[in-house]
Amino acid sequence: MYVYDAFDRALLAQRVEDFRDQVARRISGELTEEEFKPLRLMNGVYLQLHAYMLRIAIPYGSLSSDQLRTLALVTRRYDRNYGHFTTRQNLQLNWIKLSDLPDLMADLATAKLHGMQTSGNCVRNVTTDQWAGVAPDEIEDPRIWAEILRQHSTMHPEFTFLPRKFKIALTAATHDRAAIRVHDIGLRMHRNGAGETGFEVVVGGGLGRSPFIGKTIKPFLHKRDLLTYVEAILRVYNQYGRRDNIYKARIKILVHELGAEKFASEVEAEWQSIKDGALAIDDAFVADIRARFRYPTYEVLADDPAELKKAQAASPRFATWHKNSVAPHRVPGYAIVTLSLKPEGAPPGDATSEQMDAIADLADRYSFSEIRVGHEQNLVLPHVAQRDLPALWEQLDRIGVATPNVSLVSDIIACPGLDYCSLANTRSIPVAQELTRRFKNLDTQREIGRLHINISGCINACGHHHVGHIGILGVEKNGQEFFQITLGGRADEKAELGALLGPAVPYEEVADVVEDVVAAYIELRERPNEIFLDTVKRVGVEPFKERVYATH
Amino acid sequence: MPLIKNGSIVDDRFVRVLDDAPVPDDFAVLVPAARLLADASEILTRTGATGVLWPNDRNVAELAPYLDRVALVTLAFPNFRDGRAYSQARILRERYHFRGELRATGQVLRDQFLFLYRAGFDAFEVSKAADAPAFIKAMATYSVFYQPTGDGRPTAAARRLAGTSVKSHHETAGTAR
Repeated sequence: MYVYDAFDRALLAQRVEDFRDQVARRISGELTEEEFKPLRLMNGVYLQLHAYMLRIAIPYGSLSSDQLRTLALVTRRYDRNYGHFTTRQNLQLNWIKLSDLPDLMADLATAKLHGMQTSGNCVRNVTTDQWAGVAPDEIEDPRIWAEILRQHSTMHPEFTFLPRKFKIALTAATHDRAAIRVHDIGLRMHRNGAGETGFEVVVGGGLGRSPFIGKTIKPFLHKRDLLTYVEAILRVYNQYGRRDNIYKARIKILVHELGAEKFASEVEAEWQSIKDGALAIDDAFVADIRARFRYPTYEVLADDPAELKKAQAASPRFATWHKNSVAPHRVPGYAIVTLSLKPEGAPPGDATSEQMDAIADLADRYSFSEIRVGHEQNLVLPHVAQRDLPALWEQLDRIGVATPNVSLVSDIIACPGLDYCSLANTRSIPVAQELTRRFKNLDTQREIGRLHINISGCINACGHHHVGHIGILGVEKNGQEFFQITLGGRADEKAELGALLGPAVPYEEVADVVEDVVAAYIELRERPNEIFLDTVKRVGVEPFKERVYATH
Repeated sequence: MPLIKNGSIVDDRFVRVLDDAPVPDDFAVLVPAARLLADASEILTRTGATGVLWPNDRNVAELAPYLDRVALVTLAFPNFRDGRAYSQARILRERYHFRGELRATGQVLRDQFLFLYRAGFDAFEVSKAADAPAFIKAMATYSVFYQPTGDGRPTAAARRLAGTSVKSHHETAGTAR
């Protein structure tokens, strides 16, 4: 965990007072709603269908137990005893009163939390692999670089009023769990021929109305150049990104219209003039940031201890959960545990105040007081001793976060949709809920295997439908809710956009269609371990289409 | 609209001259970008000072050759959300080392003052008269900055490495309820 120092704390305290003053000016009428809007957005405050919504930043998805307890406290004190974890590793509160916001922000600040960079046309909360620092397949801890980017982008005087929002994600692992190729900037840490670690820089990825997979404009960027190069990209975008049409304002459109090569050469020219300036990164700066990351003091343990083997033999339910929700850790004797926020029939990503408190306590006892949020809207305990897994499981099971469905068909990503969101065309959560009921049998889910369903209630694609193995997009047709289904999308290192299955289907038929698609896959797969995605890749959407539209 | 310089409201000594009007010799004048570029030799050799109204969608590199003879550049914020002029300001100050007056015009509100100052602006044509007296306060709202810009304020990183501390009142400000 990065530990805030006096400078970080001072800035946050000043930000709380600044916002308190802005809210007071709004309430007194000195600021119009139009003038207040960009200011509240700079603090994560949206006006939704029923109330103000606050999006709280969880930088690169990393939380201490004290921070999670504070989140529980604010959901209890100012909201309705629950919060919603988002695909950007943040937490949303849906029922906030404007007059409560300054005190709420002050409460958050006591735990070094805030709403900065969670909305508005700025560089948003930087995201990374939820397994950063513990994944066996990573070459170094990407959070150091995420923190460097967080500081650089916090209240940046040049880039707080960009043409549109700007999202940066990074990964240092072979397997991309951060979806970097569908971000405005994606950074992949890797080694060059000389054995040095640096970044592949990908730009112009994104979903929404015009989805694009990002283009690599720099195959290898030295670490010293990270901030100057990012600044060059932002400067080119700030000046030349379109501002005439909100739907064409993201950097992906600029990259597309100029072409990746021309865009890269513009960035290169800008970069050459600033690369040796004050933003060039030296070793002392990195060492200083790195020194404020606290790492667990692990015990010397062996893998597969007796306690674990015994529990696996004694309890089939435990064994099933272990196989599904526990992943290998880079330190022997430890494990990474995913907590499913996708129980049958519930809105994906929601956690109650009680669950948050209980998870914070479990993190203190079993995971060096640390919790992670993943973009799949689940939580993670990143450092659990394998011998503690049986005891941990019992307690997770008791609070309802041990459903063994991680990466299975009911582990659905969904946006808030028309239940909350003023942009939505259709509901999204009830579709997810119905699908979890259709596929409630866990044996069936395991028989189906790895399958990610992503649901968005409108074209803005907060539910990442383009990159779902099965993507579901809500559209409005003559006042009715219809849904387009895509197959074969993925957000990892082989990122691809899904292909359209056929004409949109009405709300009542979505779950039937998904069931048919899954049934078709079971028939079409070559062998039980050919996952859905590979079958779609091999046979295309046509055989699925025939099957689905023959029956509907 | 009040003009703020050095924290105070001041009179604007520049007179705006429309596109084709003759430019008086001994007045400080403010001319549009196109006029300056078209008549540079005539305008810049006058005894009076010259200012230029630079639009936010024109590359400031075009202005670079004349900057040593220009006393004022105004950059435009057509609305609060349009941030192109922040980049133009930094490029003028940090790349072309422009030392004259850099003035923010358009929708300029107090919540932008600090961003504008950090980007290199030193004059502010404010949209609301009531915002002008808040200038000094707005400039003191923050004491910690993460990015190096041309305003020369030390970054948090530089202060950490130099071992300087944050003033204690900033630490407690805001936590008192």
